[in-house]
Amino acid sequence: MSLSLERTIDRHLVEFVETLRKKGISISLGSTLEFGRALAETGINRRESVYWSGRATLAIQPEDIEIYDQVFDQHWNRGIPQLEEVPDLNPLTLLFDEPSELPETEEEPTGITEEAINVRYSRTEILAGKDFAKCTEEELEELYKVMKQLRLHGQNKRSRRLKTSRNGRYLDLRRTMKAALRIGGDPIQLFFQNPGERPRRLVLLLDVSGSMETYARSLIRFVHAAIAGRNQVEAFTLGTRLTRLTRELSSRDPDVALSRAAQTVPDWSGGTRLGEGLRLFNDEWGIRGMARGATVVILSDGWDRGETEILEEQMERLSRVSHQIVWVNPLKATPGYEPLAKGMSAALPYIDHFLAGHNLVSLQTLTKVISE
Amino acid sequence: MNISDSSTVEDVVSCLREQDYLADEGLATAIFLALRLKKPLLLEGEAGVGKTEVAKALSSSINCEMIRLQCYEGIDASQAVYEWDYAKQLLHLRASEAAGISGSADISSLENEIYDERFLIRRPLMRALEQSQATPVLLIDEVDRADDEFEAFLLEILSDYSVTVPEIGTIKADNPPVVIITSNRTRDVHDALKRRCLYHWVEHPGIEQEVEILRVRVPHVPLALARHVAAVAAELRDMDLYKPPGVAETIDWVEALITVGADEIGPEVLDSTLGALLKYREDQQRVRTRGFGDVLAAIRQG
Repeated sequence: MSLSLERTIDRHLVEFVETLRKKGISISLGSTLEFGRALAETGINRRESVYWSGRATLAIQPEDIEIYDQVFDQHWNRGIPQLEEVPDLNPLTLLFDEPSELPETEEEPTGITEEAINVRYSRTEILAGKDFAKCTEEELEELYKVMKQLRLHGQNKRSRRLKTSRNGRYLDLRRTMKAALRIGGDPIQLFFQNPGERPRRLVLLLDVSGSMETYARSLIRFVHAAIAGRNQVEAFTLGTRLTRLTRELSSRDPDVALSRAAQTVPDWSGGTRLGEGLRLFNDEWGIRGMARGATVVILSDGWDRGETEILEEQMERLSRVSHQIVWVNPLKATPGYEPLAKGMSAALPYIDHFLAGHNLVSLQTLTKVISE
Repeated sequence: MNISDSSTVEDVVSCLREQDYLADEGLATAIFLALRLKKPLLLEGEAGVGKTEVAKALSSSINCEMIRLQCYEGIDASQAVYEWDYAKQLLHLRASEAAGISGSADISSLENEIYDERFLIRRPLMRALEQSQATPVLLIDEVDRADDEFEAFLLEILSDYSVTVPEIGTIKADNPPVVIITSNRTRDVHDALKRRCLYHWVEHPGIEQEVEILRVRVPHVPLALARHVAAVAAELRDMDLYKPPGVAETIDWVEALITVGADEIGPEVLDSTLGALLKYREDQQRVRTRGFGDVLAAIRQG
């Protein structure tokens, strides 16, 4: 193969990858190179070889596959690219594999506690008790500033990993041995360990239907604070369909996170079929493991336009695998409120904590419930 | 033919077929690339679509040991890579003491004795790196059950196929293992790890393919019965069940049908053997209340 021909094919590959990136698949330079190597192995004479080589190297999660298929059809349907020499490429911006993307093992920042917030924001003290729905835009802005600093300390659960502990139950043989060696071989000083603790997973399901609109815009900031603060948190929105927001909301800058989330959620203020949304969550994520032993927080007013039986069945499934279910309903604070909405009353038997979520104070209560 | 000598994707397909594993072109391409590019292959998909079987078929085709690391919450280096056998070490210390070795001059030699290879317990990852004869197949099963820290650790090992034991030194693989990683996707595996790997999403097989799989895995199954079973399975997978039957379940079901002596699938047989296919009470109820008509209609069409 002549050099110029090789270059033409390379260029076609890079353009293909570039289009995939524009459509939202994140592809590193390393993966692009890997794609090139893969094609060198499988050859480019058959459409299927090119297709599957790309699938194995470029589309690294099932969500990518649909986009990949579309772009692939556009790019390769005309068969092998026309083989003519082309001028050199414009420089491209590529994504690099960065080791810094590895999960951080250091302790999470402890953040600012509720007390600190109260001290620092005197005006907020008054605002904190005000219903989100009754706040003006300016007041909301101010509340959002405080919510930025909310940090959730979730519950811990016992881990199977052992940690050194002064009065632990298990002998730490590794350390005992090291100490024994230092003094010539007698294990005089004994070290012990106990099971350590790790954060219990927290799953947040936010209802973004029309009836929740006023609250959803505030609550999503709470959801963001929860995710940015720690590992082991997952977030979804429930609307006409289920959308996973963990990735979008993981940016530490709330504004960036929220605009990404807004682009992703297709159904802000649409109708809800709560039961159907929960069913999707249970099927795709929850029962498989995400909700197992987790604290699940559902932020919703309980209005369900779908069939109540579905909601009830799904709540039962969820309660069978989760550690506890917390339902946050902004309407609960309304004087004389009774959970009469069909969906809400069907869900009640499976709920461990039923809270209001209409103002900052109630959200602070929620953070307490989650951490106890 | 040994699968590691494959020069085309078709070779991979036929080698796996010799091991009674039927792979479609997508999976075969991914395996072919994993072998040629010497990269780990990450397989995701529903439970029961045969992810773990891939590693077994690979190892029997290469004719080498399959080393399996089952991940679980809290797994760490001492269970995955190596651990010292402390009890034996302590015994050895007492023994040398009894033999009269003491004094500070001997401590360093004592240390050398203690951290000797014979006191080393090799866990799966180290065993996979130490094989010098044949390239082993390393199966890292259900990596999504382990935690982030372990994943980062795994990434380190998989990037240069070496591991360091402070007391002994660095062990580097002469023959990097063929690595198959599976995940049920209870959480997302970290992108950094994914980028190290080739990726394949394993789907349920189509009807034709499933018929073939059944005939290969249960050789004494009549063709007509295999067809019917595959048709019913495909129908059930379209029914919005909590846990649609995987290939493992259909194989179980065929064996169940043969065991009870059923040549055809009628409502009674379906009802009494449903437990081999559907493992949730709700799913069984759903199929029963809808009646078996729809399900059995699939047989007539198929």
